[in-house]
Amino acid sequence: MLSAYAVVALYLLLSLGLLGAILLLWWALRPKKPNPLKLEAYECGVQTVGDAWVQFRAQYYIFALIFVLFDVEAVFLFPWAVAYNQLGLYAVIEMALFLLLLLSGLLYAWRKGALEWV
Amino acid sequence: MGQIYDFIYNLLPYLGMWLQGFLRGLGLSEEAVFLVVSLIKVFLLASFGLAGFAVLTYVERKIVARFQDRLGPNMAGPYGILQPVADGIKLLTKEDLMPTGADRWVYNLAPLIIAACALAPLVVIPFGPGAIGADLNIGVLYAMAVGAGALVGVLMAGWGSNNKYALLGAFRAVAQLISYEIPAVFSVVVVVMVAGTMSTVGIVQAQDVPYLFVLPLAALVFLISGVAEVGRTPFDLLEAESEIVAGFHIEYSGMKFALIFMGEFVHALVVSALFAVLFLGGWQGPWLPPYLWTLVKIALGIFLFFWLRATLPRIRIDHMLNLNWKFLTPLMILNLIGVALVDKGLRAVGVTDGIWAAGLFLFNMAMLIGALALPGYLGRRARMAALAAEAEGVEATVAAR
Repeated sequence: MLSAYAVVALYLLLSLGLLGAILLLWWALRPKKPNPLKLEAYECGVQTVGDAWVQFRAQYYIFALIFVLFDVEAVFLFPWAVAYNQLGLYAVIEMALFLLLLLSGLLYAWRKGALEWV
Repeated sequence: MGQIYDFIYNLLPYLGMWLQGFLRGLGLSEEAVFLVVSLIKVFLLASFGLAGFAVLTYVERKIVARFQDRLGPNMAGPYGILQPVADGIKLLTKEDLMPTGADRWVYNLAPLIIAACALAPLVVIPFGPGAIGADLNIGVLYAMAVGAGALVGVLMAGWGSNNKYALLGAFRAVAQLISYEIPAVFSVVVVVMVAGTMSTVGIVQAQDVPYLFVLPLAALVFLISGVAEVGRTPFDLLEAESEIVAGFHIEYSGMKFALIFMGEFVHALVVSALFAVLFLGGWQGPWLPPYLWTLVKIALGIFLFFWLRATLPRIRIDHMLNLNWKFLTPLMILNLIGVALVDKGLRAVGVTDGIWAAGLFLFNMAMLIGALALPGYLGRRARMAALAAEAEGVEATVAAR
């Protein structure tokens, strides 16, 4: 099994190396004539006003929070799914209860209006 | 004749055996043989990704052009097949423009992360028995987890550019990409549960009947969320050309732009490869060699992506979020519970594999029809109520006059 991970590591290194090589080739070939007008932020020809680094809207955080909830759930689900064939009915019903609890959490968020895009 | 067919059928294993024998003949140690073979393997895989990107840019333009009654690229070479080469040369000779206010490191690293994260899952895609980069026992989890890393790259690109359109694209990316991760993970969990393993090879071997005909609902949801995660039409909100002029990659030029596009195309390739592995039975199929079956099934998925792009308009952001959070996610949670219980029930009764598959198929179809009928019914009722209220209002005004 360790050797399989060695192949994965080798693959990641090699693909990063290939992408880096492409960028290096580009660096060697490309023209380098910057001027201040070229380097302005693109806004369809209009002069930029202010900074783009503003605050995120809170709405996005709510979606991200619900996502984290379900992502953590996925961590529990994968091992359960692998072992599923060896598990009895008890474990299945237990997981069903866990999922229904989460679903009721989602329904609560829905009722509270957290899923509305205003 | 039979020998030739056998050679072509088992081309990849034979090549692997020949290479190992050849290297041992050179007097190399086992570790060195392993290293050289793995290097060649990963190089082939990475080139498959890069070449796939070049081919797909051409094929997409050609196919979408046919859908729209145009010719598509037809100048560079016969039928325009040299168009990717021409594009590559053009992009290599383009200037690098970095906006003055940009965050240097974040801005420059983003394309690399997007492309690398898109390439990474290819290593667990099996192209035939034994023809796989690395048969991890957590293959599917690895593919999902690493593939999702591209989101970080998208966010970095949007934030680092210091451009308002790019920031809007990054906002939408956060809302869309992470949302659709959830139904995708759930449909993968359903498959893992039925197959009993997370290894991609194991999942392919478990499919006597392709899971498309056992778990059609999971397949459909995986496809929808796959399209959304790649960010292709109808879910291309994060780079909507007509609203936010390309969104998060607006400030990128030359090869960095190409890397971002490579990320998108290779991600589409990976999603259809995963779809082939999880639901279409991977390399399994009659007559054709395994690697050709894999490629045919991947091509089917890719064609579906192009077809969707040519057919559907972009959907609105609130519709996109509603579809995910109020429809797909609850549906997949219920589907997971239902499949688990029905499967346990059928196994407890002790039916044959055919009846087991038919039972799960019927359960999934019933669930799909119910899930489509319920929102339709609720929507109709709401519309009827609104119409009635409106009619009442009109009557009231008439009476008042």
